[in-house]
Amino acid sequence: MPITETHDLHKRRFGRNLGVALSLVGFAAIVFGLTVAKIREGASMEAFDHTPRVSITPPVETGQ
Amino acid sequence: MTDLTTNTTAKAAEGEAGFGDYIALLKPRVMSLVVFTALVGLLVAPVQVDPMIAFTAILFIALGGGASGALNMWYDADIDAVMRRTARRPVPSGKVTAGEALSLGLWLSAISVAMLGLATNWLAAGILAFTIFFYAVVYTMWLKRATPQNIVIGGAAGAFPPMIGWAAATGTVSVEAVLMFALIFIWTPPHFWALALFMKSDYHEAKVPMLTVTHGRAETRRQILIYTFALVPVALGLGLTSVAGPVYLAAALVLNLIFLKGAVAIWRRAEAQAEADAYAVEKRFFRFSLYYLFLHFGALLADAGLRTWGLA
Repeated sequence: MPITETHDLHKRRFGRNLGVALSLVGFAAIVFGLTVAKIREGASMEAFDHTPRVSITPPVETGQ
Repeated sequence: MTDLTTNTTAKAAEGEAGFGDYIALLKPRVMSLVVFTALVGLLVAPVQVDPMIAFTAILFIALGGGASGALNMWYDADIDAVMRRTARRPVPSGKVTAGEALSLGLWLSAISVAMLGLATNWLAAGILAFTIFFYAVVYTMWLKRATPQNIVIGGAAGAFPPMIGWAAATGTVSVEAVLMFALIFIWTPPHFWALALFMKSDYHEAKVPMLTVTHGRAETRRQILIYTFALVPVALGLGLTSVAGPVYLAAALVLNLIFLKGAVAIWRRAEAQAEADAYAVEKRFFRFSLYYLFLHFGALLADAGLRTWGLA
């Protein structure tokens, strides 16, 4: 049976399949939104950029 | 392909499940109470939560509640088929198989607990997991068919959402969260027993021990009064915590007075009197019990709003 032919089964299950599809799209959107929110929460974190990070280098003794 | 066609034709004749039937497995009406109370628990907490994280938390708390509903419908399919009120549910009506309900319940439980843990913290996720376990196993499998106290202990499952919302925001459980839990927990028995008094239910045929059947209607009236008296200090006690303010205190005073008055009226009535006026007092008490809970949590939300705007 060619895949393009619409079977009675496809028509009857359209609503259910659409519901599942929308649920999956919604879930992906939530995971994406949550990721953005979590990254925004941790805004103060620094990425590795191949240079010494000032915030983690110990303070230099002035020798007085 | 032939097999599939034959199978589905036969299934279509008896009514194939649509997406809505799977939604019905999640008990959407119960979910609305879960969403509202969990939202209040999360919003009244003294911690600002990112809106996206708050939305995700509420969604998966609701989905966890729905999962326990699906597990309940899987296990109780035999009882549901006997009772008129529940005979048209997806499993007893044959639209969804018991196996499908079980697997949907288990998968949604796992997804909702994992997602709540990732979105907020593992304490909130742990309480959600316990809530699902409590409703599906402790209430549905152990208590419902064994004791007329099923409503009392099972009510705990419906009482956890505000505590989960609070834990999602703060990462802890404090006296405020415990009192919000207690408010719903002690409210549940008078709410359901009032319904049981005027709903001539077929629990008896389904062999589910309901207090009205096992201990009689007079005892049920007495128990409604006892639990309503126990509810008053909890409701007022919540008014003395940090989450409440003038709106809650005023609302709690008025609502508890009306609720107590109704419980006393129910207790003083004889069965013949109730039958004569078609259970008017019991029906009014039941309707008011819905407003009672909604307004208590609504008042907490109003006070949180006043604090946010610097008015309290």
